[in-house]
Amino acid sequence: MEPRTPSRRTFLSLALGVPVGAALASCGTAGPAPSGGGASGGAKAAGATYWYLSTQPQEGIRTGSVERFNKANPNTPITGTTFQNDAYKTKIKTALGAGQAPTVIWGWGGGTLRSYVQAGQVDDLTPWFDQNPAVKDRLFPSSFGAATIDGKIYAMPAEAVQPIVLFYNKKVFDQIGAAPPQSWDDIMALVPKFNKAGIAPFSLGGQSRWTNMMWLEFLFDRVGGPEVFQAVFDAQKDAWSNPDSIKALTMVQDLIKADGFIKGFSSITADSNADQALLYTGKAAMMLHGTWTYGSMSLDGGDFVSGGHLGYMNFPPVTGGKGDPSNTVGNPGQYLSIYSKATPEQKETAKKFFATAVLSDEEVKQWIDTGSVPIVKGTESALAAAKDPEWLQFQYGIASNAKAFGQSWDQALSPTAAETLLDNIAQLFQLSITPEQFASNMNAVIGK
Amino acid sequence: MSTSTAAATRPATGGRRPGGLAWLAVPALVFFVGFAVIPLIGVLALSFTSWDGIGGEILFAGFSSWQAVLSDPGLPHALWVTFLVMALSWAVQTPASILLGVFLAGAQRYRAVLAVVYFIPLLLSSAAIAIAYKALLDPNFGLGAGLGIDLLVQDWLGVPELAFGVVIFVVSWQFIPFHSLIYQAGVRQIPRSMYEAAELDGAGRVRRFFSITLPQLKYTIITSSTLMVVGSLTFFDLIFVLTAGGPGDATRVLALDMYKRGWQANLMGPASAIAVILVLVGLTLALVLRRIGGRDAAHSQQEGV
Repeated sequence: MEPRTPSRRTFLSLALGVPVGAALASCGTAGPAPSGGGASGGAKAAGATYWYLSTQPQEGIRTGSVERFNKANPNTPITGTTFQNDAYKTKIKTALGAGQAPTVIWGWGGGTLRSYVQAGQVDDLTPWFDQNPAVKDRLFPSSFGAATIDGKIYAMPAEAVQPIVLFYNKKVFDQIGAAPPQSWDDIMALVPKFNKAGIAPFSLGGQSRWTNMMWLEFLFDRVGGPEVFQAVFDAQKDAWSNPDSIKALTMVQDLIKADGFIKGFSSITADSNADQALLYTGKAAMMLHGTWTYGSMSLDGGDFVSGGHLGYMNFPPVTGGKGDPSNTVGNPGQYLSIYSKATPEQKETAKKFFATAVLSDEEVKQWIDTGSVPIVKGTESALAAAKDPEWLQFQYGIASNAKAFGQSWDQALSPTAAETLLDNIAQLFQLSITPEQFASNMNAVIGK
Repeated sequence: MSTSTAAATRPATGGRRPGGLAWLAVPALVFFVGFAVIPLIGVLALSFTSWDGIGGEILFAGFSSWQAVLSDPGLPHALWVTFLVMALSWAVQTPASILLGVFLAGAQRYRAVLAVVYFIPLLLSSAAIAIAYKALLDPNFGLGAGLGIDLLVQDWLGVPELAFGVVIFVVSWQFIPFHSLIYQAGVRQIPRSMYEAAELDGAGRVRRFFSITLPQLKYTIITSSTLMVVGSLTFFDLIFVLTAGGPGDATRVLALDMYKRGWQANLMGPASAIAVILVLVGLTLALVLRRIGGRDAAHSQQEGV
């Protein structure tokens, strides 16, 4: 499958073929495994297709919904295929460009969805939601923000709300006799204490880049409030040079210089869950991460979660900062769009899937069981009765009390600006550029 | 496996018949045109357009992609990194491959066994190699941490110099077997009589290596170097999986830069411009290497044998 050395002689074909071929091949071997029972073979003509992310326990819930739908609708089955997070982001773009995308496109909404809309690749679902108000009205209204482009809804919000929270390992806090940080100053004071004890203060999967971005999202908010990034989003000139933005960038570099992150963080990827492993094995004391990691830490961490050793809190305030301490960032939901080039039958199947299988009662129950807050209204009693009510109510509280729920920057911005952002964030965390250079590099792509 | 084969495969000169068999080239030509020339023209055309790669309209954009790429400070950096990868991986691979090749050319049975063992890395996919090394080099859960060897516990992929070294090492680990194989074949073609004559004149092992083996391997070295140099331009899969161009942009070679612009930033125009630059650099290098080696191709290296 991979082009081997002997064929290097035909250089021309390689110069063009290898990068693309290898990229596709590596995507191909990395993740996809058909799932969603009973939908192979003749499914192509009438059946719809659906691509979504792997990683348990979320993968099992998605697959479960597909299987239930297929059982109820044996004549119009949906074939599901799973991908790893970062591989999927590339794969779906390539598939859209090649006209080979699945009927149901899983995504994060925001700037990426906007680029699909501009390319005419996804259907406007506004009329469908108007005809089916029951489907729309049972979901959190806040989840529709990232699905709405220029006043039209292009995606069905789905799954669970995923704020970013500060996780910590209670065992190692007890070990050095420290309390969880209540402010940024506390964080900076904890860093030398943990380092002295041979424990990394923070775990970070820095090679994935968006993991570093979560730090900036919170620091920008706590220092300058949500207005700072809003100005970038609204394409105001030189928005990144805001003094609050420079201050937040300087603070994160101060934390890096103080060895706040685990040694070697830029070699660690989030896709392998190694950053979570550092937290539950006690090699690191804290981790800023999405609430989706709770499920995998419960599965992989032994008694770490079930034994009550995992602590969590909202990101602490920064003294003198303008942001409200209740603010959060993350994913207000996940989004399912319908591919515009799918056949009418496939689109019908997809809509039926949206109406009957997505966030069905069984699925809602599964999300709650794995420690997630689904974006469905009126689940308070179910959350209180679940296995881990404290954790669920904590998330529910963050999501419902937040004065501002910022969308992940790389999803809110256009893909072009997002790639520059991620690149510059990687360099910022390497300390190879200064906050001012970061701001000027980013100002250059504002509005692109 | 000695004198007789060497004599039989001596290059034939003269007796060439022009034409007549030209049609034999047709299948290769069809493939070359279909999979190299036509895509190349497509890429050249794309480099003058703006396209997001996800199905929007392809709009003619003149030289704006070229302007964007050529004025981007990332380009000289990517070129420099590409050049470094090329030069260093050549410098590491060539001596090692020659020595291994010479060693493996011996007729002893154990050497034949070793030759098979050495060949194994070449059978693995680059992505698999990269994933394996990444796991082994993990500072927290990798080989060093597992065996308790502090020397191996480094931030291998997080420090620019180390990450670069790791890339060179893994590339060499993967491709030295292939080049050793080429050198092994080259050494076996050197007539035995030369060594016998040198031995009679009292030349030692080292003297024989430098005065007979190395000069006789000249064309093999050029072939192998061409493959290494031009091939190193297209290293993508291994670096992408191992470091993704990081830390920062320390290992972002030209091919990776092209991919990131095209598929992650949705800028197919500038990505195509980089692809064209890659092709031009590759062609120039191949031509230069041919020139160096090709000038006295008519000369026999075996005069008087």
